[in-house]
Amino acid sequence: MMSSLSFAPAACGAPFVTTECTLPVRAGIGLKSEHFQTILAEKPDFGFFEIHAENYMVAGGPFHHYLTRIRELYPLSLHGVGLSIGSEHLLDEAHLGRLSVLIDRYQPQSFSEHLAWASHGGAFLNDLLPLPYNDKTLHLVCDHIDQIQNRLQRQMLLENPATYVEFKSSDRSETDFIKEVLHRTGCGLLLDVNNVYVSCTNHGRDPYAYIKALSQQWVGEIHLAGFSRETDAIGAPLLIDSHGSPIADAVWQLYEFTIATIGATPTLIERDNNIPSLDVMWREANQAEQRLMAQATQHQGCPERSL
Amino acid sequence: MNGQTAFYNALRDPELPLPDGLLTWNGSDPTPRFAIYRNNVMASLIDTLADTCPVTQLLVGEAFFRAMAKIYIEQTPPTSPILADYGDSFPQFITDFPPAASVSYLADLARLEILRVQAYHAADCDHSSYLNLEMALMDTASLPDLHASLHPSTGILSSPYAIASIWAAHQGTGRLENIDPNQAEHVLVIRPLLEVDVLLIDEGTAQFIACLQQGTSLGLALALTSQQIPDFELTTALDVLIRNRVLLSFYL
Repeated sequence: MMSSLSFAPAACGAPFVTTECTLPVRAGIGLKSEHFQTILAEKPDFGFFEIHAENYMVAGGPFHHYLTRIRELYPLSLHGVGLSIGSEHLLDEAHLGRLSVLIDRYQPQSFSEHLAWASHGGAFLNDLLPLPYNDKTLHLVCDHIDQIQNRLQRQMLLENPATYVEFKSSDRSETDFIKEVLHRTGCGLLLDVNNVYVSCTNHGRDPYAYIKALSQQWVGEIHLAGFSRETDAIGAPLLIDSHGSPIADAVWQLYEFTIATIGATPTLIERDNNIPSLDVMWREANQAEQRLMAQATQHQGCPERSL
Repeated sequence: MNGQTAFYNALRDPELPLPDGLLTWNGSDPTPRFAIYRNNVMASLIDTLADTCPVTQLLVGEAFFRAMAKIYIEQTPPTSPILADYGDSFPQFITDFPPAASVSYLADLARLEILRVQAYHAADCDHSSYLNLEMALMDTASLPDLHASLHPSTGILSSPYAIASIWAAHQGTGRLENIDPNQAEHVLVIRPLLEVDVLLIDEGTAQFIACLQQGTSLGLALALTSQQIPDFELTTALDVLIRNRVLLSFYL
């Protein structure tokens, strides 16, 4: 089954008119339980919040209590980490059902998942694992995305991975693979600029060429995050997508190039470890928002500027 | 063996060679690169257990806790991406883990912390869930045949150790040096609204609530509890159940 349905970017939940079906072109942050009460008390000016879907697959309690109230105030991005789209096995139908329940309940403006696998033989590994890029995996990933989009009745965004190894069985580049998946399934791209920088560094590639290769694709969201540094067996830099530190200068530069190339795009600051105060997160989000505004202004002033 | 099975096996067991077919751009040995995946899987799952059981970790120290959690994860990896549910069998693993034997109350402390997380995420009950209590309690003749619906967050733990006091001392309530760890304690965990409460209750009340949780009728629960604990007082138990909003309603 390949691409039996085609999804336009606006084809999401029924109660929403077209303009509400995408995230605002602003900066948002990941929603953390440490910040629930401060957000409701102070209503800080974030463009949107993003949640990890699996954290909210619980019956009740504070997570749903606060998310319900925060959702009344802010747009929401639902970001899955457990579907295992790149798995050689069948997708977990029960998990798709749980996602569907969350989507019905919270009506997120965006749903995204990863080009990776995370489960095997009934065990969940809680990491985003790499896959080779060839015809076999292309069919597998496209079938899985078709199944997800049909089940959830909406377009999803697929996130490019951060990887540390590559495979001899790959016969095409990651960008060619992603382009083909997007073309065949009609899904959009969640362009993780930090992952681009991390993977390109880890595999000796040019991150700017990577962005250019995907510049014609529909990008529904950008992710930015911090990485940590290691070295490989011969001392070459090996970056780890750790989400535990501020965004690196090199990633900010790549982000500026990205939005200059593809246009201003909803941007999420990810921080999953060493979570700072909401003020600190706001300042980092604001750095992204300043760049988005500058990009929008520049674009207005020079409509024919070649990108 | 297909690609992901070999990759998975090598992730799970660092003694195994790396899966075939890995490539690095600079021809370097992929071992340290593959080790990032091994570490991500293990460290993130250890962090999950440490988040669930922070006092358990404090009691034995971070290094011991992480080493113990690692062995548990190797034996019992999560089977679902919903990690709030992970670790049910961790307390039993601790009981059976000889190096932890010197901290006799460690497994029960982990049980208490897991009950707290389960209560935190349990289904909600609004006011309409609390039904007919006064009327039912007045009709003493039919009372013994009734069964009780309890709040879904209800947890009961009876321990030969002072687990609630030890836990509370790590929340800034009470002093650890004043606690006799070998004093038995009985604990009710309940989340009536948003806050999880950890309450010391008497042994009979704990046993009575545990009976009700299993679907035993009020009359039988009373008989069973009184048999083992002769000074059990039903009024005390009912007071605990109603005051802490544990009891929702009765059904036949």
